[in-house]
Amino acid sequence: MSALLEVEGLTTTFPAGSERVPVLRDVSFQVRAGRCLALVGESGSGKSMTALSILRLVPRPGRVEAGSVRLDGRELTRLSVPDMRRVRGREVAMIFQEPMTSLNPVVSVGRQVVEAIELHEKVSQPAARERTLGLFRRVGIPDPEARFHSFPHQLSGGLKQRVMIAMALSVRPRVLLADEPTTALDVTVQAQILELLRELQAESGAAILLITHDFGVVNQLADDIAVMYAGRIVETGQRADVLRGALHPYTQGLLRALPGRAQSGERLLEIPGRMPSPKDVPAGCPFAPRCPEATPACTAWAPRFTEIGERRVACLLREDRGELG
Amino acid sequence: MTAHRLLALADGPLAGAAFGNIIVACLLALAVATFWYCRKNEIWWQALVEVFSRRRFSVLVLSLYVALALADSVSWVGGGGGEADGVLSHEARSLVDRFFSGSTEKSYSSPLAAAEFYDKTPLVRSRGHLLGTNILGQDVLYMTVKGARVALLIGGLTSLIAIPLALFFGMVAGYFGGRVDDLVFFVMSTLASMPSILLLIALIMVLGQSTVSVCVALGVTSWVSFCRLARGETMKIRELDYVVAARALGVSHAAILWRHVLPNLLHLVVISFVLLFSSLVLAEATLSWLGIGVSGSWGQMIAQAKDELSRDPIVWWNVAAAGVAVFVLLLAVNRIGDALRDVLDPRTLGEGR
Repeated sequence: MSALLEVEGLTTTFPAGSERVPVLRDVSFQVRAGRCLALVGESGSGKSMTALSILRLVPRPGRVEAGSVRLDGRELTRLSVPDMRRVRGREVAMIFQEPMTSLNPVVSVGRQVVEAIELHEKVSQPAARERTLGLFRRVGIPDPEARFHSFPHQLSGGLKQRVMIAMALSVRPRVLLADEPTTALDVTVQAQILELLRELQAESGAAILLITHDFGVVNQLADDIAVMYAGRIVETGQRADVLRGALHPYTQGLLRALPGRAQSGERLLEIPGRMPSPKDVPAGCPFAPRCPEATPACTAWAPRFTEIGERRVACLLREDRGELG
Repeated sequence: MTAHRLLALADGPLAGAAFGNIIVACLLALAVATFWYCRKNEIWWQALVEVFSRRRFSVLVLSLYVALALADSVSWVGGGGGEADGVLSHEARSLVDRFFSGSTEKSYSSPLAAAEFYDKTPLVRSRGHLLGTNILGQDVLYMTVKGARVALLIGGLTSLIAIPLALFFGMVAGYFGGRVDDLVFFVMSTLASMPSILLLIALIMVLGQSTVSVCVALGVTSWVSFCRLARGETMKIRELDYVVAARALGVSHAAILWRHVLPNLLHLVVISFVLLFSSLVLAEATLSWLGIGVSGSWGQMIAQAKDELSRDPIVWWNVAAAGVAVFVLLLAVNRIGDALRDVLDPRTLGEGR
């Protein structure tokens, strides 16, 4: 079965002085219908930029330099502006990180969902309203009739995120880009929202691109994992495989830094150093300066992807294993 | 020059008062529409109620001015009182005109006097002139009351020209940025770098001296400050998540400006309207003092009375009446504007107090 969303060689740059600096370099991944791919990485690794690049909403002066984004075989990067507008929301919807600021403060939440429906479908006002109430019920908003007329400031963060999800799902998109959908919420609400996303995915068979830095979230929702570092994907694979036996030293470092894995009383291991800013990503492997296993070769050659079964990893040290395995 | 002809038309066949009444009707319709919109929108209705409860007295004073202006706008030809005077009976006269009809004396009289100020000829209306009469014998109270309509007309019409202009250019410049922004900003800087009074005088010279042309001139010179504000605020809103979220839902630029940016600028519009209004009434007074204002305004009353101040004994009631009228109106408007700003502050918007 071919993938619903295929991203290949996506490169997005921002100007810095006279030259353009890539914040995404050669990002490739695929998400199949009904599956959830988690894009994992530190802050600033380019996760959100990937989602915005897919929707062609990279804030100026940034721009997508190269690469292709195919939705069910259709090339999105070459669509006309009005066509692209029809794709947004209708076929690819996005849920944002901050429910607090992602709703217009002066329009009632019900009205906002109704407008989202009316944007893409010719429906009558009462029908759109009915559907909005149905969506509110579906995403678990108590007393939808009353909440319909509420303004965003009258709702809690969890409720607002549910409204955002209702809005994103209002026209049944085939791909959902969820940009840290639970970061701003407390843990119990977080679990509810993830549960909701999973149910909704099971119902609609949508593909989800889940952007997160939280392996807890990954565990609850994702089928596959793609690890990002400094604007590049360094490792991809099925969730269980990656979590059980990470191949890339960066993924291994991330997993070692998780609180759940350490024995109590033991110090958590951290990855020394900081992620380089897009401006001064070193030549060779971008992770080499922080890598415990780095060899002189790592700073000289940029690693290529090695395929190991269904997994792919960009690390010089694993290239031999690819040939073996 | 088409603009000139248009304005001439407005002042020609549709004689001043009639054209003014069309504008009054428009302003009134706008006020009713605004009220209706507020009634339907919970946040705005709360804000309105809040302002009213905080500034009962100012609202009352403002309503009085509006009532006087409306009373001066309702006019018709003929009817009681005017027949005695052949000229008057052919002109449309408003409620205010009718109320004060036959109150003209021959010359000065001080407030509540029984005789003229210099020779002691008895007045037609002995002790009937609450604020005295001016050099032409016109009742000062009558002139002051008539000034209310002119002031509200200038403030209202000019704001109606300046604010949409400022909003449009501010939003477009702030939202799209780049070349558009450069262009708008260039125009704004150019306007702002000229002394506004000189520009005003030049514009009125070109457009001719009438109520509408004074309003147009004031509008053209006064939109810049609000435009800058709207531009800055739009730049801020443009970066907010809900605008990006709307883009991700496939909303077009025009719809985002209309549905997401404009409603979030409305509190600024309201506050700017109030501040602009008071500054415009003052600006017109300045123009009148320079002799290029609108006839019948308080500024003109003050300008005419300035020579009278050097008489001995001082003829003070003329200038005092107009001055107090301006002062009280602007104080009320500013107090309401102040309350509005507190109530509409986005940080406290809609919170129960």
